[in-house]
Amino acid sequence: MLELKALHDQFGYDITESRFRDNRRFLVPSAKVYHVLEYVWRELGFDTLADLAGVDYLEYPGATDRFGVVYNLVNSVTGERVIVKTHLNPPDLELPSVVPLWHAADWMEREVYDMFGIKFAGHPALRRILMPEEFTAYPLRKDYPLKGRGERHNFPVITRAES
Amino acid sequence: MAVGLPENVFLTKLDAAASWARSNSLWPMPFATACCGIELMATAASRHDMARFGAEVMRFSPRQCDLLIVAGRVVMKMLPVLQRIWLQMPEPKWCISMGACACTGGVFDTYAVVQGIDRFIPVDMYVPGCPPRPEQLLAAIIEMQQKIKRTGTTFGREFAQRQTPSGPPPFDRDEVRRLQEATAVPGLEIYTPPNTTIGL
Ligand code: SF4
Repeated sequence: MLELKALHDQFGYDITESRFRDNRRFLVPSAKVYHVLEYVWRELGFDTLADLAGVDYLEYPGATDRFGVVYNLVNSVTGERVIVKTHLNPPDLELPSVVPLWHAADWMEREVYDMFGIKFAGHPALRRILMPEEFTAYPLRKDYPLKGRGERHNFPVITRAES
Repeated sequence: MAVGLPENVFLTKLDAAASWARSNSLWPMPFATACCGIELMATAASRHDMARFGAEVMRFSPRQCDLLIVAGRVVMKMLPVLQRIWLQMPEPKWCISMGACACTGGVFDTYAVVQGIDRFIPVDMYVPGCPPRPEQLLAAIIEMQQKIKRTGTTFGREFAQRQTPSGPPPFDRDEVRRLQEATAVPGLEIYTPPNTTIGL
């Protein structure tokens, strides 16, 4: 059972907890997130990374930070679930990779990098996973237009006579 | 007959004979990328039975095919593959664009989806619908056969005349209109960072 007090004793008092029904969410500063996650896995047995997602809080009511990264953890023995969140602001969009802790993080971190441009230091191969390699924008950012900036038209045209 | 031909000998033009043979033995290359592909499979299956029109030999290798059926949306990452497959198919070859997505992008007017394959490869026949019923695809194949019989030549001379793309140019007026429409909902404007220009 993860208690806020244990986190406070280990990592200091800038970690906060919020609840919604049976969801327990811990908001951790980005500099400490790797140590908190390592502690949660090694000491408390949260052995499954169920999800890892990015969020863009641009123009979100009441939000003070631009990006969020959310780790959704499960203890497969007790069934306990916990959500660890952290916030990031440009230009410092970098987090330590959690691939050393959970291999499941590999593709999820690549997707967050592909869609939001958040880098994960220490990731074995941080390449784009969904968009083409030569794509330069990060399409899930809120300031990127839904219809793109014309990338979808940037291909050679083949006419019937030349094919 | 005056020249004394036996009754089981026909006289015709070589072009017509070649087109007749080709139109009744179309070998489709199924390029099924989304839900329209299911309907394409249904067309080939027993109830609708594409074999009645000589087009049942689905080959999954472009080198053996002469009819490309693009069924489903094509995204940016898939378009180079589609173009390569089109270029690998031997002459003479034709292309059917099946469904709203392949023809225009359909409802998927987003950054990753190509807004109609006819912008980038030549298309002979468009099948509307989301998805088109198998009958519609069969109608397109019959229409394709008639077009081949009508215009086909032995050495494909008719293809050399098609020197303009079959689709609209990348940034046509329609595209500009759609980009402008994107901001038309009051209170839901696209966020634009100060001092930047987006789009065109
Ligand atoms: S046209 Fe409709 S059925 Fe066909 S691929 Fe698009 S969404 Fe699917």
